[in-house]
Amino acid sequence: MPKVTIDGHTLEVEEGTTILQAARMIGGEAVPPAMCYYSGLETSGGYCRTCIVEVSKGSEKDPRPMPKPVPSCRQVVMDGMEVKNTTSPKLLEARAGVVEFLLINHPLDCPVCDQAGECHLQDLSYEHGLSKSRYEFKRREFEKIDIGDKIKLHMTRCILCYRCVKVADQLCPGRVHGVINRGDVAEISTYIENAVDNEMSGNMIDVCPVGALTDRTFRFKSRVWFTKPVNAHRTCETCCGRVALWLSGDEVLRVTGRKDAYGELEKDAEGRTGWICNTCRFDKKNEADWTIEGPRHIDRHSVISQNHYETLKQLKIDISRQKKLSEKAHNE
Amino acid sequence: MSVKLLFEHLDKPGIRNLEGYRSHGGYQTLEKALRTLKPDDITGEVKKSGLRGRGGAGFPTGMKWGFLAKPEGVPRYLVCNADESEPGTFKDRYLMEHIPHLLIEGMAISSFALGAETSYIYIRGEMMYVYHILQAAIDEAYANNLLGSNIMGSGFSLDLHVHCGAGAYICGEETALLESLEGKRGNPRIKPPFPAVKGLWGCPTVVNNVETISAVVPIVRDGGDAYARIGIGRSTGTKLISASGHINNPGVYEIELGLPVEEFIYSEQWCGGITKGKKLKAVVAGGSSVPVLPAELILKTAAGEPRLMTYESLSDGGFETGTMLGSGGFIVMDEDTSIVKNLWNFTRFYHHESCGQCSPCREGTGWMEKVLHKILAGKGTRADIDLLWDIQKNIEGKTICPLGEAAAWPVAAAIRHFRAEFEELTSQITEPAGQV
Repeated sequence: MPKVTIDGHTLEVEEGTTILQAARMIGGEAVPPAMCYYSGLETSGGYCRTCIVEVSKGSEKDPRPMPKPVPSCRQVVMDGMEVKNTTSPKLLEARAGVVEFLLINHPLDCPVCDQAGECHLQDLSYEHGLSKSRYEFKRREFEKIDIGDKIKLHMTRCILCYRCVKVADQLCPGRVHGVINRGDVAEISTYIENAVDNEMSGNMIDVCPVGALTDRTFRFKSRVWFTKPVNAHRTCETCCGRVALWLSGDEVLRVTGRKDAYGELEKDAEGRTGWICNTCRFDKKNEADWTIEGPRHIDRHSVISQNHYETLKQLKIDISRQKKLSEKAHNE
Repeated sequence: MSVKLLFEHLDKPGIRNLEGYRSHGGYQTLEKALRTLKPDDITGEVKKSGLRGRGGAGFPTGMKWGFLAKPEGVPRYLVCNADESEPGTFKDRYLMEHIPHLLIEGMAISSFALGAETSYIYIRGEMMYVYHILQAAIDEAYANNLLGSNIMGSGFSLDLHVHCGAGAYICGEETALLESLEGKRGNPRIKPPFPAVKGLWGCPTVVNNVETISAVVPIVRDGGDAYARIGIGRSTGTKLISASGHINNPGVYEIELGLPVEEFIYSEQWCGGITKGKKLKAVVAGGSSVPVLPAELILKTAAGEPRLMTYESLSDGGFETGTMLGSGGFIVMDEDTSIVKNLWNFTRFYHHESCGQCSPCREGTGWMEKVLHKILAGKGTRADIDLLWDIQKNIEGKTICPLGEAAAWPVAAAIRHFRAEFEELTSQITEPAGQV
């Protein structure tokens, strides 16, 4: 089994593992951010270039460093490979350059965007971006379109990660969804504004890393951090039926798949990705439709996890910590 | 008089037709190959010849052929890249237009060498009239058993198709070309796997430039050693150069590699000097994507050696003081040319042609064009020059395919060698603009 070292952590992985997958096994700082790679979708990744890493040693056989930064989501690990993620200032600078490119045409309309709070681009720009844009020209704009009665496409926010195209390709037979035009006017679209009419099409919303594809049954209902996520399930013939419900009081505001620490859908014990069908997502909006398992753990470092206490103990710990902090500040 | 291998009979009447081509020895090399040589012998000759890819990258052709995977029961393909669209490069079009049978003969010999029974010529969509010329020549070849089943009774069969692109520069990138040939959107694939292992329809594929495949004919005819005797060092054989810009004799020339650049620009036999007796300012030596060089650096290397038309000599000094032979699109600029305006034109091209797949190229090419446009409009500042430098640096090496580099290199070279010209056009302000 090939041995790889990422930011000083060495581990052995299966043949064919990518650098990103290996880094996720290590976890923490060693994990490069990824906007277009999606573990549940084949051939995803390679487009956004945020997950680039520096390979300072190619392999035991050929120890030369790779001349250019490589996309960690696509580069397979070789035995003896040494990778630098956060330990290479040159690489971090290059990644900041990529983040800048992703942001120059993004509207930054987070205050009115449904994705705010669970948006990967928001996290990415917070961690790697500049506080001021060097771009001074008019940003790219598109008309909003409805692709079907449940999904809204707001192309202006899109970063062309191609995840939704892969969902259409791999989950929705007879797809009518793809990319038209070229270069910086390339856009996601459906065949002559056809509706995306497929039981699994709603998964496009879950895979979208930004607010380009949003749930029309949830749009503008609530900020996500005001909702209460719980795990729930029901018996469904089309999909796995395991979902996250986002509640406000007893009201089910929206239904999504269960996302992991990287915002990608969790897999079951057999390694199947937890895609959910449109019936579960859009039509089962009563608590009575579901068996609720309990509060959902949101371990993303995003604003959603603020003020969510899964146990009373946690809440008490936090209150006492805040008390101490304020007392300390008062005494000083 | 220098040696001509591809254009030897170019001026003969009727060379475009099969009859004319055959009366000057055409298809005799194919006959020789099919009757007396084994496929591996041909690959051996190509290796010996030292032929390097004429599309721009200069990768040794024999080695590329050697990489082709040969699993049992899986078809292999040869694809000719005739999607010539680099600004300043027009040699392949000229070759296909005037002597189409040379390419067809080269395709047949190369397909035989690689064991391909179906081959494709992917031609740029804008060159529709050349497509018709090629198709007519292919029809003639089929009618005379030079293509099709059991060619000349040798037992080797080859189907040759010409496929028209829809006019995208990116489809000249080999994996985008294969995608387009398969009927998909012309987006470059993420490598590995390389086409030699997984190419057209997932089968092993070799993609070669028009000139490269045509050069196989004289190599097999005269032997690889004879070809390798022409040229200097690792730059063997002849090269087609499409010369344009402010020169007295623009056109396509076949030169022996190793010709001094100074002689190429000023000799009556070649470009014939700068128009109206003006001074030379700069040269883009290998198509719009290679770095521009000022007169003193294109005529002599930084070490003071005369610059030669070879892969090595032109790239002497790296990108600090050198450039690349590239595809042979030789663009000459006289003393009155605005480098900034010329650069804007190139950048506009790359902005228009970016496929939009990966972020640095999609966003960066457009940004560079806008900044250059601002500078040309007289609204630029010193900070914009630094910004341009940063943008090109952030694109280079971060993209899926070489289009990113092709867009970044000209910007870097123009600022490196002609910064004064940018400064003349911009105000003294060094604070960057931009928005909060």
